[in-house]
This record gives sequence, structure tokens and C-alpha cells, in this order.
Amino acid sequence: MSAIVSIKGLNKTYASGFVALKSVDLEIKRGEILALLGPNGAGKTTLINIVCGIVKPTSGTVIADGHDIQRDYRRAREAIGLVPQELSTDAFETVAATVRFSRGLFGKKRDDAHVEKVLKALTLWDKRDNKIMTLSGGMKRRVLIAKALSHEPTILFLDEPTAGVDVELRHDMWKMVRGLRESGVTVILTTHYIEEAQEMADRIGVINKGELLLVEEKAALMKKLGKRKLIVELAEPIAEAPANGTLSNDKKTLTLTFDAGTTVGPMLGELNRAGVQIADVRTEETSLEDIFVGLVHGKEAA
Amino acid sequence: MNVYAIKAIYRFEMARTFRTLTQSIASPVLSTSLYFIVFGSAIGGRMGAIDGVSYGAFIVPGLVMLSLLSESISNASFGIYLPKWSGTIYELHSAPVGPAEVILGYVGAAASKSLMLGALILVTARVFVPYQVEHPVWMVLFLVLTSTTFSMFGFIIGLWADSFQKLQTIPLMVVTPLTFLGGAFYSIKMLPPFWQKVTLVNPVVYLISGMRWAFTGTGDVDVVVSAGATFGFLIICGAVITYIFKTGWRLKT
Repeated sequence: MSAIVSIKGLNKTYASGFVALKSVDLEIKRGEILALLGPNGAGKTTLINIVCGIVKPTSGTVIADGHDIQRDYRRAREAIGLVPQELSTDAFETVAATVRFSRGLFGKKRDDAHVEKVLKALTLWDKRDNKIMTLSGGMKRRVLIAKALSHEPTILFLDEPTAGVDVELRHDMWKMVRGLRESGVTVILTTHYIEEAQEMADRIGVINKGELLLVEEKAALMKKLGKRKLIVELAEPIAEAPANGTLSNDKKTLTLTFDAGTTVGPMLGELNRAGVQIADVRTEETSLEDIFVGLVHGKEAA
Repeated sequence: MNVYAIKAIYRFEMARTFRTLTQSIASPVLSTSLYFIVFGSAIGGRMGAIDGVSYGAFIVPGLVMLSLLSESISNASFGIYLPKWSGTIYELHSAPVGPAEVILGYVGAAASKSLMLGALILVTARVFVPYQVEHPVWMVLFLVLTSTTFSMFGFIIGLWADSFQKLQTIPLMVVTPLTFLGGAFYSIKMLPPFWQKVTLVNPVVYLISGMRWAFTGTGDVDVVVSAGATFGFLIICGAVITYIFKTGWRLKT
């Protein structure tokens, strides 16, 4: 598969001196769903905003759909749709009018049939004549998606699409994104939920403090990231930990690490059979912070 | 050139105008009517003719310019400030448009609105004072040139402003004084010789003088100078906007 977006040596330092991106290289494959995973302030939005033309890069190049985003910005932007994180909408406009406006702005001839299709897909058709200010937050999010899809982009950026969104809309959104991928649209979404990346993406990029730490196929990455811990408080100290565990210094706490998909029962059974006296058990998930610390350390060690 | 974008922006802005039609139209028409009642009828009746024109008719071109200037600036500055304020400007930045489309869309809509208003004020004025237009083609030229130029100027103010206060500052502190001192209510020939020279620094003098020449056939400065000065200001504003969009000043981080 060829790259539809190709980012090389991208740097961004804001006027305040804040370094948002440090020489990011990224190839986004045509037709894939790529999730950019990272904590708040990692540089996800800056990266997206540069590709979409909202933020000017300090250095580096971006090619989108075969066009340089700076030299040939018109052609590049025609191919791109953006759903921003903030719910910025024209309060007094109607839903249909604002979507038609977006289509025109992106250089497409008026096409009410397409607008109807987009609005129906997002269950906004009944609200088409409502002013945007009368809509709920979730509905406004749908309006922003409709605007981004109005000009039939081949690349869609979703910046934190499910932040502050209820469960129903989140599932609708996931369904919609899959549908878009099936129709050939490349989707890039940012999130700070591991589960969301896991649910949606073909590939996952991990970004922290302006650095793209890695980009991997989801399956490979989830194996690395999706670790859980079983913490066993021991009634009697034991001399030696089993192969997948570590023992605390006082020999009273045993920590077993396992993949997210594994069930806990057999592990406890094994401990029982080995004659280990268990006082208490609890499980922990590796937090995103832990994962980042792990990845950053891993990178430094390599 | 992205023609669909120009159309989209223009329609969008005109829809905003028609949505707020009462405020957009009623308040300038009302304030102009008040000027005519006070200066035209009440005080004007006790004033002698200027250059052979009754005082009521004399102030018509100046009043049209006064409304045109302030309305053009406020329309255009508000039109671009609003998306900056609400955050919807992200869409403009991410769209395949350059300065040309944005100027034509926003400034075109603001100037159209001013022109409609100018026409309405001319009609309103006719109710209060009988006036004649000696050079109708020049009158239309000055109306179009002034609406366009000051809509561009307003557009720059809207790009520059980062608060609603700043949006009001320039029209209130600069444009209103320049208009009142620009000969809207008097001929600059009435000033002492020294101030006649000083007042020529005021660009609004050329606008009002040109407009008055179109109405009465006499102006304070030559009509070609008036048209040239206005056109020059138009070019300057266009250059400033292009520069702003090229550099992303106050627009992009």
C-alpha cells in the first residue's frame, strides 16, 4: 500500500518557545485507520493542525495525497477533512446551511443529494433546519463531522472524536469510521484512550512530549501495551517467584504480569497447587503513563 | 481560484445580514433621519446656502459617506472577527482558499450590504430635502469605491482585533472624528487658511469632497484627486490583507 500522507522531519516550536513536535517522521497508508495515542499535550493536535493547514510548521515537509501542503496547499487541502476537538460552530446557522457552506468552501459544486446522504448517515436529517445553538453537545459533534465529510475528502482527521461523548454516540462514531474506511477513506484519529485505539485502528502511533515513539500494527502493539498485573499478598513468605512474577523485598508480595486477554483463575490455581498461601489478590492495568515511561526508557536503552 | 468558496462565503455573510435585517438597516436609517431633522430642517433652515446649495442638500453627500464608512467598517470587521472569536475560523484555515477568495467573499458581502444601505439612505434623505445629482455615474463610482475600500479597512481591523473592545476602538476613536472633521457638515473653505492645509491630511476629506462634487458639481478638492486618493487607499488595504494572509499574522500560530 502506498503512503497517502508522508511526513518528514516535522518540527514545531511555538512563539512561546514551547517545543510541540520534535522531528516527526510518519507514513500514513492509503485506506488505513491510524490512531495517534498519547497524553494531553503530547503534540497530537499540533501534528494534525499542521497537516490541515491551521498551524505553520517550523521545519519539515508534509505530502498529502501527492501534494505538498505548503507549496500546493489548495490541492492538498481539497483531499482533507478535519473534525476539530473543540466544538466550534456557527450558533445561528441551520445544520443544512452550515454543511452546504463547508462543501462550497472546499471547492465543490453544490450537491444537495450528497449533503442529504451525509446528514442521514449521521442521524442529523431531522435536525437539518434547526439552528446549531439548539443542539446538544453530541449533536454538535455530529455537525462538525458532517461538515468535514461534505466535500468528500479522501483523508479524514478526527481530533479526539469521542472526548466528552456518550456511549451511544461513541459506538455510532466507531461504526461510521469503519464505514468510511470501507469506502476508501483514510482515517487518522487521536485519542488518549487505549481501548479506543484498540477498537478502531489498524495501526497505532504513540506520541509523547512531541516525539513519535513508535508506529506499529495494532496486534503487535497491544501485545506490548496491554499488560496487566496480578498482585498477590502472601500469608507466608515464599523463597522464589515463579517465572512470570517478581517478589517484593520483604518476600510478602508477589506481582505476576500477564497479557490483557488471559484469565486470572488458572494462575491462582497454579499458585495453589504450588502450596502458596494467599492472603489477598488484586489486579492492576498498566496505565498509559506507565506505558509511556516504559516506551521512553526502552527507546533510551536501545 | 476557488469560485465555489467565494460564493459560499458571500452567501453565508449575506444570510447573516438578512437574519439581522432590522438592526442592520433600521439603526443607520434612523440615525441619518435624525441628522436630517436636526441639521437639515431645524438648524439648516437658519443657515445660508453653501456654493449655491441649501444647507440641507449640502450635507446629503457627507451623511451618506458617514453611514457608508462606519457601516462598511463594522460589517466587515464583525464578519471576520466573529469566526475568530467563536473558533469556526479553523475551517477557513484548513480550506483550499487563499487571500483572494477570502477578500472577495467577506469584503464583497460587507460592501454589498453597505451599498444597499447607501441606496436606502439616499431614498430617506429625499423625504427630508430635495437634492439633485449632477454626475450620477461618479456618484455610483464613489459609492462602490468607498464601500469596497472601507470594507477592506474594516476587514483588517477584524483581523487585528483580539477583543470586542478593540473592534469598537478604531471606528469610534479614529473614523468618527475623521468623518466629522472631514467636511461632512461644512465646506473646508470655511476653515481658517492654516487648518485648510492641515485638513488635507485627512483621507475622509477626499471621499466627502468627491461625493459632494458628484452631487452638486463643486467640491473642496479636484474630483480626480478624490478618486485617486480613494483608489490608493484601496490598493494599500489590499496589500495589507495579502501580507497578513501570507505571514499568518494574528491568524496562525
